[in-house]
Amino acid sequence: MANSYDITGKDPLIRLENIGMIYKIGDISYEVLKGINLTVENGEFVSIMGASGSGKSTLMNILGCLDKPTSGNYFLEGRDVSKLTPDELAEIRNKKIGFVFQGFNLIQRLSILENVMLPLYYAGLHSKDSEEMALNALKLVDLSEKVNKFPNQISGGEQQRVAIARAVVNDAPIIMADEPTGNLDSVRGADVMNFFEKINAERGATIILVTHDKHVADYAKRLITVKDGIILSSETI
Amino acid sequence: MKPKRVKFAFFLDLESAYKTLLRNKIRSFLTILGIIIGVGSVIATIGIGQGASKAIQNSINSMGSNMLIILPGSSSLGGINSGFGVLPTLTLNDVYAIRKLSSVRTDTAILGMSQQVIWRGNNWSTLIMGADSTFPIVRKWPVAKGVFFTPQQVASAANVAVIGNTAATELFGLINPIGHIIIIHSVPFTVIGLLSIKGFNAFGQDQDDTVIIPITTMMEKIAGTTWVHAIAVSAKTQKDTVTAQSQITQLLRQRHHIPINKPNDFFVRNLTEIAQAANSSAATFTILLASIAAVSLLVGGIGIMNIMLVSVTERTKEIGIRMAIGAKKSDILKQFLIESAVLSLFGGLLGITLGFGISSAISAFSPLKTVVTAEPIIISVVFSLCVGIFFGFYPAYKASRMNPVEALRYE
Ligand SMILES: Nc1ncnc2c1ncn2[C@@H]1O[C@H](COP(=O)(O)OP(=O)(O)O)[C@@H](O)[C@H]1O
Ligand SMILES: [Mg+2]
Repeated sequence: MANSYDITGKDPLIRLENIGMIYKIGDISYEVLKGINLTVENGEFVSIMGASGSGKSTLMNILGCLDKPTSGNYFLEGRDVSKLTPDELAEIRNKKIGFVFQGFNLIQRLSILENVMLPLYYAGLHSKDSEEMALNALKLVDLSEKVNKFPNQISGGEQQRVAIARAVVNDAPIIMADEPTGNLDSVRGADVMNFFEKINAERGATIILVTHDKHVADYAKRLITVKDGIILSSETI
Repeated sequence: MKPKRVKFAFFLDLESAYKTLLRNKIRSFLTILGIIIGVGSVIATIGIGQGASKAIQNSINSMGSNMLIILPGSSSLGGINSGFGVLPTLTLNDVYAIRKLSSVRTDTAILGMSQQVIWRGNNWSTLIMGADSTFPIVRKWPVAKGVFFTPQQVASAANVAVIGNTAATELFGLINPIGHIIIIHSVPFTVIGLLSIKGFNAFGQDQDDTVIIPITTMMEKIAGTTWVHAIAVSAKTQKDTVTAQSQITQLLRQRHHIPINKPNDFFVRNLTEIAQAANSSAATFTILLASIAAVSLLVGGIGIMNIMLVSVTERTKEIGIRMAIGAKKSDILKQFLIESAVLSLFGGLLGITLGFGISSAISAFSPLKTVVTAEPIIISVVFSLCVGIFFGFYPAYKASRMNPVEALRYE
């Protein structure tokens, strides 16, 4: 099966081969992912839907290199990242992937600008230029006016836009989002989704997002359905 | 646009640690209180110790070279001072006999007494000391102006006096005292010399408040006695002080016809030895105090570890976020290590200030002059930095080993 991707001689952006994830609590094992096979090409906009507890977040954490699968292989740009060390994964999260969470996950005691500059800091960049880059990212999400505010001084929708700015500031080719609109009302949710669409269209970033909301899923060009740890369907919409 | 990579991100880290700690001022302050007190007491105790040993050193130097002092009296009669000036056991002949001993450079009799001294309309009560012409050598105390009296003047019981600086100032003001006649106990003396300034002794007495006259003149014309109060002996070398002590004891027992089963009727005190013992016990005391202070530094370090552990737990979510956006283990480790180092360094600096304050207060309000040198300050800074890094390491290490997914789930 692995050979089927080599016809063009070019690796896909993401290729999951038989990914399994088993959580052990005491003596009991929970098989949360049961052999996931998935390919995502560069520039795609994919949404993943599924019932609560079906393993979407577990899958996203593996895709986002936050966690390692129990079994199977994950090829990112042709490189097997399923066996990398924590520091090598950190490097990939920093350079290749921007992650947007349901709960925004901004650092409360840092300003909006400082939050957005943080990935650059961990990339070893800290100068006037990195401030410039962060300001550009904030401009992209229409937050130029609020750069010196703190997370608790802005609305939830704005916080999620800061998180998007933080995800794109490093020019990461992949943006992943786990229920990014889950904590927002439909108006703010739509607002946030427009920015994902814009990033996909204008920057060519690959976007993978998890949602339970059909309206949100409709922003994507491909819809993947997960049930009980396996991929039920994958359809272009 | 390709941003430049700035190498000295260290200052950025420092700044961010500093800001974090300032957000919790009271907690940060309480955390470093142990370090402040530890470093403060290290600096203060070492300052006191060095001040004390300097004072002892000064009094060793001012006493005279390799000096022993012989006092009349018997240990069977009680304490050291019980016999002073009371028991008539030491004579001028003892003084001359001691001088011939192989280990002795020279010696002088001393017979002191408080008396009024009159010059023109002025009078001043001071210590009149009868001494031998060898006095300046034994006490390492030369004249500043004029001359000291000669052996001939001692032999002839001449009416000459050498005056100490304080007594001279009290009697003569700014007038040069040399050549003037002063009256002591109705006897006229010609002032032939002015002693150099000696300062205060270890007991806080002004040694310059004195007039020195030949021992013979003192005995015959002022005190009316044939006994001396003390004999000050200068041994040839420092080693010789021990030999001198036993030679003198033997000689005086023989001269005083003391049977073998009877105690001495005199004391021989080796001042150099006593001073050195005092010095080393001051040093021991300093080390003891400084180690207690060092223990409180360690306790302070444990306080830092405790609060850093709390801080790491509280900020689990933040650690997860930082890891999610690319922080490596070393980045997290560095962040918390810098925080605890800054914390303890701050404690160290405040402690130094406190130690300085205590030292200055002691200098200001007590006779002891404390000495704060660079050494304990540098050691304290380095030590508190090490304490911070050492005790900050475990919490920082714990933070750096967190699993990003689990850390992010923490609320
Ligand atoms: N760290 C973990 N330890 C044990 N079980 C877990 C862990 N994380 C998730 N699970 C379980 O795995 C299943 C899938 O979880 P998750 O991926 O979060 O689902 P979803 O995001 O689709 O709701 C759930 O039953 C959940 O309880
Ligand atoms: Mg989920």
